Amino acid sequence: MAGGKEITVGLIGNPNSGKTSLFNRLCHSKDPVGNYPRVTVAIRERTFDHAEWTFRLADLPGVYALTTQTPEESSARDYIHEERAQIWMNVLDAGNLERSLYLTSQLVEMGRRMVFVLNMIDEAEYKRLVIDAEALSRRLGGPVIKVNSITGQGLEALRAALVSMAQQERAPAPVIIDYDDHLAAAVTRVQQLIVDLHPDAMTPGQSRWLAIKLLEGDDALLRREGDHGHLLEMVGRERQDLAQEHGGECEMLFADARYAHVHTLMAATMVRAGGSVPHVDWTARLDALLLHRVLGLPLFIFILWLMFQTTFTLGKLPMGWIEAGVGWIKEGVGGLLPAGMVHDLVVNGVIAGVGGTIIFLPNIVILFFFMAIFSESGYLTRAAFLMDRLMHAFGLHGKALIPLVIGFGCNVPAVLATRTIESERARLIAILVNPFILCAARLPVFILFAGAFFSDRAASMVFLMYMISIMMSMFGSVLLNRILPRGMEESFIMELPPYRLPTVKSLTWHMWDNAMDFLNKIGGVILVGSMVLWFMKEFPKDITWSVDYAGQIEQMQKQPETPELKEAMSQLTRQRDQEALANSYLGRIARTVAPIFAPLELSWRDTVAILTGLMAKEVVVASYAVLYSEEREQAAESSSLRELLSKTMSPWVAFAFMVFTLLYTPCLATIAAIRREAGSWKWAGFSVGFSMVIAWSLAFLIVNVGRWLT
Amino acid sequence: MFNASQSQDNNSDSKMTLAELPAGRTARIAGLLGDDLGKRRLMALGLVRGKEIALETKAPMGDPRIYTILGYRLSIRQDDAKKILVSAI
Repeated sequence: MAGGKEITVGLIGNPNSGKTSLFNRLCHSKDPVGNYPRVTVAIRERTFDHAEWTFRLADLPGVYALTTQTPEESSARDYIHEERAQIWMNVLDAGNLERSLYLTSQLVEMGRRMVFVLNMIDEAEYKRLVIDAEALSRRLGGPVIKVNSITGQGLEALRAALVSMAQQERAPAPVIIDYDDHLAAAVTRVQQLIVDLHPDAMTPGQSRWLAIKLLEGDDALLRREGDHGHLLEMVGRERQDLAQEHGGECEMLFADARYAHVHTLMAATMVRAGGSVPHVDWTARLDALLLHRVLGLPLFIFILWLMFQTTFTLGKLPMGWIEAGVGWIKEGVGGLLPAGMVHDLVVNGVIAGVGGTIIFLPNIVILFFFMAIFSESGYLTRAAFLMDRLMHAFGLHGKALIPLVIGFGCNVPAVLATRTIESERARLIAILVNPFILCAARLPVFILFAGAFFSDRAASMVFLMYMISIMMSMFGSVLLNRILPRGMEESFIMELPPYRLPTVKSLTWHMWDNAMDFLNKIGGVILVGSMVLWFMKEFPKDITWSVDYAGQIEQMQKQPETPELKEAMSQLTRQRDQEALANSYLGRIARTVAPIFAPLELSWRDTVAILTGLMAKEVVVASYAVLYSEEREQAAESSSLRELLSKTMSPWVAFAFMVFTLLYTPCLATIAAIRREAGSWKWAGFSVGFSMVIAWSLAFLIVNVGRWLT
Repeated sequence: MFNASQSQDNNSDSKMTLAELPAGRTARIAGLLGDDLGKRRLMALGLVRGKEIALETKAPMGDPRIYTILGYRLSIRQDDAKKILVSAI
């Protein structure tokens, strides 16, 4: 039953009112949700069909009101002002109705086709709030539907309400909010002038709404009416008069009136069920522990430690299984293919690269399990609250903690998540230090290296890398605070949602989604990268040799075999391989940039791994796997990459390499995200240079300290 | 329009800023100070005149703090709380 007529529905509501959960439920999609304000920072659209209609749903970032100014709030407000939807779905947090209705009081004045969703109705019931949806619906001028988007309760009624709203051609009359006499008189005067200036262009409802918005000081609309100097002048005068008469700004008068309206609305449509409330306030109990003045911070650190530790240790077992599986496939496929170029490409290129990376899948899945718990439980906002003061000392905003923690998963969504920070400057710093946070893509490098060089304390080594990553983001912030010009004062005001138990379904989904993401990367950039790398290592074949290797080897083969001759022959072969490598495309590139990495005592292989990591950090491990694949074949017993690697550098150099890999240039996807969020290539370029310099300097320091100590 | 504080200091002698509210005490919002955008943000969150606000928890170093307003929890830095005038109940 494909929909015939299409209609756009805008989802609007407070941050953390569950708009995205509802959106996913209606469209059968799986966009990320979480229990902290502003998970959605960009407008997303999807469609679903019902009856003969196709509904195009637009999930807008959450807003508390229509007159504020963070980037994602403006994008939602512009969407409304430009009337890009025909129907509005106002999602209200039923457990937090009074504040939710404030936004509603601004929306209903516009006189649009609206459907009101009392979302998370279970939380209102939990608070023993009985809501008369009928009565509320009459007063709001649109259907009110009680919904629980976890269980699906009320969704059918909501779809039906949308259909009847879509069929209804005319918009309802705007709700008139009872402003006090002075305010109402001012609104009427401004409205009159608007009607004179835009004759016949607006309905009375629209002109009244515009008058209210202008008097409220809506920047975007004031700009829009910019050419009507006369109107702006009048608005300014009225605002001043009102402020003087009432002792308070105009906006405050409007806000007072709106909240009074909300109060009346609530008094008329809902009652609190009588008797004592028998429930336990779990949020208060958990907060008493998790926000404890002494225990709160240590608990947060402990939870982080637990996450990192479990990711490493629990991942080891399945990692061994996958490793064995890969080895088995390699043998099987290698045996099937005839010796030659194709065999080498498949075994030493594809299987080595893909197999070398896929073994880290368990670690990634476990890490994202923790990330899901973090974001869905409501704990992230608590962590931001606990850390605000400490982070402030380093020049970071408390809210920057949320993107920092998200960064342990992936830096790209983390950079986007900085949008919740209101101050431009604080936001820029949060963006620029985020790439220092050890993301899931870099984790395999450290697991591999920690196992190879520090096998007796591998878990501590990985944890140390996490600590360095956190410290460097703090240090980076201190540095940036010195460099960037001071801006306006910043503030920290953040809603703390009640704790919610993450559902098994959403946890599973979160892990599945990220596992698929990782596998897609393996099937894409890593597969292609491994093949390209193999080609670049093997070609060109027409090298002008410095020695006639082929001739010499042939001659030796004619002579009777002695141990000395065998030794000489294998040495000659090694020499030839070295020369071939040095002349390959890869060798040439590595030689060109080698001077940069020579002071870090890194070999050409490490250099290549670093270069490939510029695309995506997952490729670093794949590169090592490809670069060492032939040696693994030649080695007498099947030695692992770990063992081969452990002989190539000293622990100090290995440590320097780890730190370098942690900090150097963000991957392409992150650079793109930085450009988009910081607004210019300038900052993306700065981020590349900044992280490169820091990475190199620190690695250089480590190598030299190591040399001095050993 | 920036002298809201003066015009509001009229009747009550128990007026203070939210930053000074002792733990476990409830107060009523009396007014807001500071720039327009900051005020708008606070108003949208329910910090309007007459609403009750109570101090719930302090962060490890006393700043920021969590308050209950309109039945939900809101954390506010001390610097921001200084811009919120309240009168004790």
